[in-house]
Amino acid sequence: MQEQRPLKVAFVGHVDHGKSTLIGRILHDTGSLPEGKIEEIKKACAAEGMEFEFAFLLDALLEEQKQNVTIDTTEIPFRTSRRRYAIIDAPGHKEFLKNMITGASRADAAILVIGADEGVREQSRRHAYLLSMLGINHIIVVVNKMDLVDYSEKRFREIEQEYRKFLQELGLNARTFIPVSAKDGENVARSSMKMKWYCASNVLEALDLLEAQKPDTDLPLRFCVQDVYRFDGRRIITGRIETGALRVGDQLVFSPANKSSAVATIERWTAPLNQPAVAGDSVGITLAEQIFVERGYVASHQNDTPIETNRFHADLFWIVREPLRAGHFYDLRLATQEVKCQIVSIEQVVDSSTLETKTDRHEQLERNEIGRLTIQTRNPLVVDNHERIPNLGRFVIVDDGQICGGGTIFGGVYTDRTVAKSKNIFWTEGKITPRTRAMRSGHRGAVVWLTGLSGAGKSTIAQSLERDLFHRSMHTYVLDGDNIRHGLNSNLGFSPDDRVENIRRVSEVAKLMADAGTVVITAFISPYRMDRRRAREIALEGNAEFIEVFVDAPLEVCEARDPKNLYKKARAGEIREFTGIDAPYEAPEDAEIVVHTDKQTIDESVGTILEQLLPRLRDYGNDE
Amino acid sequence: MTELSRTHLDQLENQSIFIFREAYHAFKNIAMPWSMGKDSNVLIWLARKAFLGRVPFPVLHIDTTYEFPEMLEFREWAAKHHNLNLIVKINTEARARGIGYETHDPVTVTHELKTVALQQALAEYKWDALITGIRRDEDPTRAKERYFSPRNAQFEWDYKDQPPEFWNQFVTTTGKGEHVRVQPLLDWTEVDIWRYIQRENIPIPKMYFARDGKRFRSLGCSPITHPIDSTASTIDEIITELEATRTTERAGRAQDNYERNAMQKLRAKGFL
Repeated sequence: MQEQRPLKVAFVGHVDHGKSTLIGRILHDTGSLPEGKIEEIKKACAAEGMEFEFAFLLDALLEEQKQNVTIDTTEIPFRTSRRRYAIIDAPGHKEFLKNMITGASRADAAILVIGADEGVREQSRRHAYLLSMLGINHIIVVVNKMDLVDYSEKRFREIEQEYRKFLQELGLNARTFIPVSAKDGENVARSSMKMKWYCASNVLEALDLLEAQKPDTDLPLRFCVQDVYRFDGRRIITGRIETGALRVGDQLVFSPANKSSAVATIERWTAPLNQPAVAGDSVGITLAEQIFVERGYVASHQNDTPIETNRFHADLFWIVREPLRAGHFYDLRLATQEVKCQIVSIEQVVDSSTLETKTDRHEQLERNEIGRLTIQTRNPLVVDNHERIPNLGRFVIVDDGQICGGGTIFGGVYTDRTVAKSKNIFWTEGKITPRTRAMRSGHRGAVVWLTGLSGAGKSTIAQSLERDLFHRSMHTYVLDGDNIRHGLNSNLGFSPDDRVENIRRVSEVAKLMADAGTVVITAFISPYRMDRRRAREIALEGNAEFIEVFVDAPLEVCEARDPKNLYKKARAGEIREFTGIDAPYEAPEDAEIVVHTDKQTIDESVGTILEQLLPRLRDYGNDE
Repeated sequence: MTELSRTHLDQLENQSIFIFREAYHAFKNIAMPWSMGKDSNVLIWLARKAFLGRVPFPVLHIDTTYEFPEMLEFREWAAKHHNLNLIVKINTEARARGIGYETHDPVTVTHELKTVALQQALAEYKWDALITGIRRDEDPTRAKERYFSPRNAQFEWDYKDQPPEFWNQFVTTTGKGEHVRVQPLLDWTEVDIWRYIQRENIPIPKMYFARDGKRFRSLGCSPITHPIDSTASTIDEIITELEATRTTERAGRAQDNYERNAMQKLRAKGFL
């Protein structure tokens, strides 16, 4: 027998308005309590000289019983004749907003409890605001403690009218308002005889009328890459289908690189190969072409791609004591992407309780405030507007490893690719070290040394690699034979001694540039092992990473390409000591990276290089 | 699994796989405690789902030396069957001091032979994340867990001040000596576990099935784990039995019931 997922219902509301009592009552009236639980609690109450309350059922932790406030979220199952439910008890106390968000974020629906005696209070409003940001649209409002207001219809209607108006301003539409006495079980599981003026659904009936949230299979495909595994020599791209569906043969576009390939296989362990994947599925796929893909990439179909941007608007709620400050840098995580971002400006601050908007200039956002911001990211971010594709339209702000707030992206999106001005990033006293530079730019400097025959594709790869790194907002520069020989090395010829000196000078220049934080790509035939070893030593002396890339293609292939007609001239004897013809090429034996340009396209070769290069560039130690 | 529709079990499975992959990406040095109990075996199974047939990190058995012989047999068989990198850890120091169920109360023994043994293993292998099989429905204290739940250097769980967790974003940083408990089964219930074992045909110890009118509902150390009256000898019969029962799953585990709030005290000190 298969069961459907239980409907998850968050219980929220102002502290002491009777959430826990309502939950206790529901559990009791649906026969959902473990045997002996009521007796156990009654005994505990008697021992401590307290009157039994339904709320105690939930207060399972010692501390809670002491403080009489629910401090964290719990999940409690119950069932009606229609289906299973999981109650998410989210605390009402202001201090515990982060727990309320944790709990409510995984709910399908919410019950918002308002005490009839106190009426609409601060947290009643704040919680509704947060529910709307969390994307929870199914809301039932329970007006509790009706026994304290003599089951007065007038009082109930007053609260309903006031709160409905508030919800409308938020764009929320509550399904039902129900007058309840949880303590006495009125209008919870049975319709109340004391409030005959109310003839609509009781709480359980109203819950049973809700529909579970549909999976987002009908939305455009967004497949967020979690990781790339290399098992048995195969590259398997794993991740989750956030929305839409994916089938074998689909042509995918990976953002932000904008590289495209078809899906070759869809893999799940023990399940048949190639079954379609839909929203919510965690799968692995392989591609027809070996393009470079890494964690954070988002795959979509070609006709419906997400937005690539590094500047956007968002609404953000802030839940930690330390305020969010304009101009400051934070980490931003969206699905599996993680980038550094800067808060450009805070245009508007809303008090989430009063909905009062302060539009004067703001420098910071305090805890429990909601702000409208402009955010700039260091690297391009792949996003959607929240109202269109929620899973790609929401993000968290992380500071020092801690999640501090959550935001939703809205409105048109700028495509301004200007790199964030970094004047405020890190104040460093004393010497600027390579690590300090790396922390500012997000990568360290390095020498990427391409070696190979003339015509093997070194220059083409160097330029393509440079372009790719540049688009990742990295500092990069190609040193190639011609531009060096026209300037710095204009006094050198092609004799063996001059070749050695040529390489030595190039190595020294590369070392300095790497030390300055640049990823230097060199494209020289550099045929002698000894010279390349010397280049490596020079780089290491300067504490620069040295990565040797063997751009391999058979001589016949290079000679057939002959882009500069040099092989023809060498064969004709017009050029002497030409590598591969009448001078040796000593192939590397232990290059960090080998690409085969006779078998791989330029994009594939660059992909192979990036795959090994990027992790090295990002590994520059933690901020200690 | 039909073409496009997904069952509740499919959804649970997909979320667990997602959690496994997030953990594997976030932490360099992971281990997975393995009690050989039903949840633990589901965890192994889900790891293989996440990593396409492999369990790419060590699996740790905390051997209290009070294990049922059948469980040890199962351990050897299953380690081979799943191709596990198995580490067995015993708190030999505590046993040498004479700590044992024969002479000490169950809370003390459980703390020494399980929690302290785990601390010793952590100190030795320096894992920054442990993948555990705990579920929200097991015990009220477990209901408050997060998918990624940090433990401080003193091994304590600060359940009063847990990090927020929403939109599938988790705490993935650890300080020196700290580790994160990653809990892929948090959303599962006892019945979900059984349905999944049945659907996937996952190997589990035979002690869960009734023999001579008794079966084990939860498995721990032999002196303090008691079978329940049951005639359930198939998974279907077990599920039927569970749907009718209103006693708790761990009722047969003596250390939980030794004193009021025993489980909370054990867990605050680092018990899984």
